[in-house]
Amino acid sequence: MRYAMAIDTKKCVGCSDCVVACQTENFVPIGYCRDWVVEIVDGTYPQLEMEIRSERCCHCENAPCVRCCPTGASHISDGGTVLVKPNKCIGCGACIASCPYDARYPHPDGHVDKCTFCLHRVKQGLDPACVAACPTKCMYFGDLDNPRSDISMALKKRKWKTLIPEAGTNPQLYYLI
Amino acid sequence: MNEVTIISGRMNPRVDPHLEIWHWEIPFYLFMGGLAAGILFFAAMYVLLNKEEKFSAAVRITPHLAPFVLVIGLIALLLDLNHKAYFWQLYTTIRLQSPMSWGAWVLMLITPISFIWSAIHIRSIFPEWEWKGVLKTVESFFVKQKRAIAWIMLFSSVILGIYTGILFSAFNARPLWNTSILGPLFLVSGLSTGAAMNIMLSKDHTARLTFSRIDLMLIGIELFLIVHMFMGFLASTQVQIDAAELFLGGPYTAVFWVLVVGMGLILPAILEILELKKYKIPVFIPAGLVLIGGLMLRFIIAYAGQESRWLY
Repeated sequence: MRYAMAIDTKKCVGCSDCVVACQTENFVPIGYCRDWVVEIVDGTYPQLEMEIRSERCCHCENAPCVRCCPTGASHISDGGTVLVKPNKCIGCGACIASCPYDARYPHPDGHVDKCTFCLHRVKQGLDPACVAACPTKCMYFGDLDNPRSDISMALKKRKWKTLIPEAGTNPQLYYLI
Repeated sequence: MNEVTIISGRMNPRVDPHLEIWHWEIPFYLFMGGLAAGILFFAAMYVLLNKEEKFSAAVRITPHLAPFVLVIGLIALLLDLNHKAYFWQLYTTIRLQSPMSWGAWVLMLITPISFIWSAIHIRSIFPEWEWKGVLKTVESFFVKQKRAIAWIMLFSSVILGIYTGILFSAFNARPLWNTSILGPLFLVSGLSTGAAMNIMLSKDHTARLTFSRIDLMLIGIELFLIVHMFMGFLASTQVQIDAAELFLGGPYTAVFWVLVVGMGLILPAILEILELKKYKIPVFIPAGLVLIGGLMLRFIIAYAGQESRWLY
């Protein structure tokens, strides 16, 4: 099992429903977010291009946050998801500094917090909250080991990219372009 | 002209707009760790070289500072934790890939050793001191094992000194930190602050001159490593070139080149050369400058590193 997410940048309208859905589902403290939307405008007028991306933890296969954690609180869990055990986390901040995507934040309760791919929902057969809430259906979640899963098909049919692959973390969050 | 506008909805405290997860506690602790490593390294080295009598201050006086320095550093480290009550989780596991785990364990080794070293040399501070009862037996045991303790101290102080730099350099996510030069640079800088402390506390003139010579050599190595660090950055990927720009025209240019390189390395080196040429220089000036420079180096690298990044 290898969970991954793909987001269609051609369909995303940047409504931020995924952000609110995540905050509600996961009781994210006010002022913080586990996922966020980035809007990039590139080029010279009138030749401008815009890309809208919903970003979150990339659940990297080669996760620097897991490697640098001194207590083992950051760990690789089911399906390759990268999780934090709050009662093992000492809040040293090493994982926050180690993430090239800045996907982690210090939770006001002291431990470090981040996207979990909504593993609690996935285990019940549901999609992650962000995927379920997306009004344009631009997000795909599933098992890369299953060649017939929505995400495997999407990645086969479409061109895709990952963010800063040159950082060498082997991210499992794909953007369809 | 290429216009790039990036709008992100993320505004997580201490992560955005740029990382601020580590404040004064970490660079201050790294300085204290490096200083303790330097002090204990020279104490162990002169015992193992059988030059204890000649460098008696380095072996018997300066190391009394090490336990205080380490404990104050450890308090800073504890203050830095966001989940303080769980700090003991560090000692439930050994994680070889995590520099912080290395640091936690080497501190567990070197802190008690620094206390033992201080205890067996307490008579150089309080000549009348007598350990009583079981402590006397324990003391005489440690006195007999002094060379063994010195060997452990030599190795663990090098690990401590090098780990203070590797703590940063292991972060691929922060291009300014991601250079293996930081390990040796922080080790050499720690040894240099240790030598400076010995210059201040040595009463013997020849010992002081020897430490001036050692410090001069260490400053030379530091300058060499700093030049190499920037050469490495400028020969690397765009993110590392951008990271180097923070110091080459960017917001940290003045503080780094004036406070660290100018006042923390070159000026004390000149003063030490003058001292070796028999000019009268008050010892606390070059030594104090080296100590302040070492502190500034860690602060600047810690803060600038958190501003260097890959995305946006």
